[in-house]
Amino acid sequence: MSSTRNMVALKSILHKETHRFMRIWVQTLVPPAITISLYFVIFGSLIGSRIGQMGGFDYMSFIVPGLIMMSVITNSYSNVASSFFSAKWQRNVEEMLVAPVPNWVIVAGYVGGGMARGILVGLIVTIIAMFFTQIQIHNVWVIIATVALTSATFALGGLINAVFAGSFDDISIIPTFVLTPLTYLGGVFYSISLLPDFWQGVSKINPIVYMVNAFRYGFLGISDVSLPVAFGVLGAFIIGLYAVAMYLITKGIGLRS
Amino acid sequence: MTKALEISDLKKTYKGGFQALKGIDLSVENGDFFALLGPNGAGKSTTIGVITSLVNKSAGSVKVFGYDIDQALETAKSHIGLVPQEFNFNQFESLTKILVNQAGYYGVDRETAHQRAEKYLKQLDLWEKRDNAARMLSGGMKRRLMIARALMHEPQMLILDEPTAGVDIELRRSMWDFLRELNKQGITIILTTHYLEEAEMLCRNIAIIDSGVIVENTDMKSLLAKLDLETFILDLKPNSNTPVLNGFCYRVIDDHTVEVDVKKSQRINDVFAQLSEQNIDVISMRNKSNRLEELFVSLVGTGEKAEEV
Repeated sequence: MSSTRNMVALKSILHKETHRFMRIWVQTLVPPAITISLYFVIFGSLIGSRIGQMGGFDYMSFIVPGLIMMSVITNSYSNVASSFFSAKWQRNVEEMLVAPVPNWVIVAGYVGGGMARGILVGLIVTIIAMFFTQIQIHNVWVIIATVALTSATFALGGLINAVFAGSFDDISIIPTFVLTPLTYLGGVFYSISLLPDFWQGVSKINPIVYMVNAFRYGFLGISDVSLPVAFGVLGAFIIGLYAVAMYLITKGIGLRS
Repeated sequence: MTKALEISDLKKTYKGGFQALKGIDLSVENGDFFALLGPNGAGKSTTIGVITSLVNKSAGSVKVFGYDIDQALETAKSHIGLVPQEFNFNQFESLTKILVNQAGYYGVDRETAHQRAEKYLKQLDLWEKRDNAARMLSGGMKRRLMIARALMHEPQMLILDEPTAGVDIELRRSMWDFLRELNKQGITIILTTHYLEEAEMLCRNIAIIDSGVIVENTDMKSLLAKLDLETFILDLKPNSNTPVLNGFCYRVIDDHTVEVDVKKSQRINDVFAQLSEQNIDVISMRNKSNRLEELFVSLVGTGEKAEEV
């Protein structure tokens, strides 16, 4: 009885969340498509042709997995951050808080919504990439697992950000000052093996390096990091962030007086 | 029979030290139409917040139909429908989506939810607006939407926090009829309101809360029976003599209006007799204010004095 009720509640949150970003598709789906198209044109076609090969592949093929992953990260994070904060701001989060919805269902519902947007944008970007280069697939299961785990990780991050946020400005601070630098330094545009040893070590503190490289392995079969370590890092982040998110929702931080 | 609501020694102290509830006890029978009254900041919304788990209590216990919110919170919540004071729905969603999603949070499947949404939107005269974004509704429509939303899981207890605030008289009366009908169907209704006439007309039992303390908890008839004094306004024939009313406390407002306080031990007939002796004609008479309002003011005043001591 309770599990059926929880499943219906989970579906309702997922339905609400996917409907939200589909309703405002001009704001949620079109901008990443345009941005990534520009990356492909500028870094892939114009500059990439002068760079030559990277990791044994032409530059365009090399950056495609990283650019897809960049879209997935940004969109899964910002979807949950803006949706949950908006629900807090309009107080319609109370609709869930007064209902018999377990906290894990609230977390899973919002994270599922963030994953859905991240993966959908990832697919759109992949389709756009096919106009610029021939997409190779080395291991489809690694691709699926990496994109699912990465989108879940950043959706959880977005939820935590939204719980603490007190204004709309607060939900753009982390993407601007943390996510963007980490993504640019996460091996999207270059192989970290090109860096001096010291900076290679520093790069390996950046979790996005593991996500981008695992994803690139799925497409091209090359990676600067070990695949089991990459999945280990992803798993650790998901467990840690889920624990934090559950603690915050259960305690009602920013939600209950 | 299990009570709809049992609150025992409920306390709430907010961060910063403000003590909103100082140990209240409250009991609401199953099927009751119950009013919770109090001035702004008395603790009404905090009490409702604790019952519905939007506010974490500091101490005490709350049971909803016998289910303790500390031990069976989800079951307790499934029995409650809440109509909050502030609009708290997604302003950009359509009415139907708001209702169907809300039902889903309580485990109601989408097909049943759509049927119920149609039923309540029609009953509350919102069906024509079903596909509109909620932000397009008038204030009264938004209030009715929140009532429909609270009913989507067919709760046994409906809690309404100022449901008719800012609603015009005609609409308020139609909402009263709707709430009476729900109560007849067996739904326990707990109401907070600033319109004391509303509480007097709808509710059988009443609690008055002031500064986090319940200062009165009784049935409406007993409460009104405590009223020792009523003030009447008499409209006199213009250019009458200035009235003199021995034994009554009265105030001459102008040359054709006088206010008279009549205690339970006194008779209003004596007022008319004295005016008649002075050849003063009374054209009309009315109560100065709602009876409950007078009692409320006196009780809340008492509460404040008690606090000061």
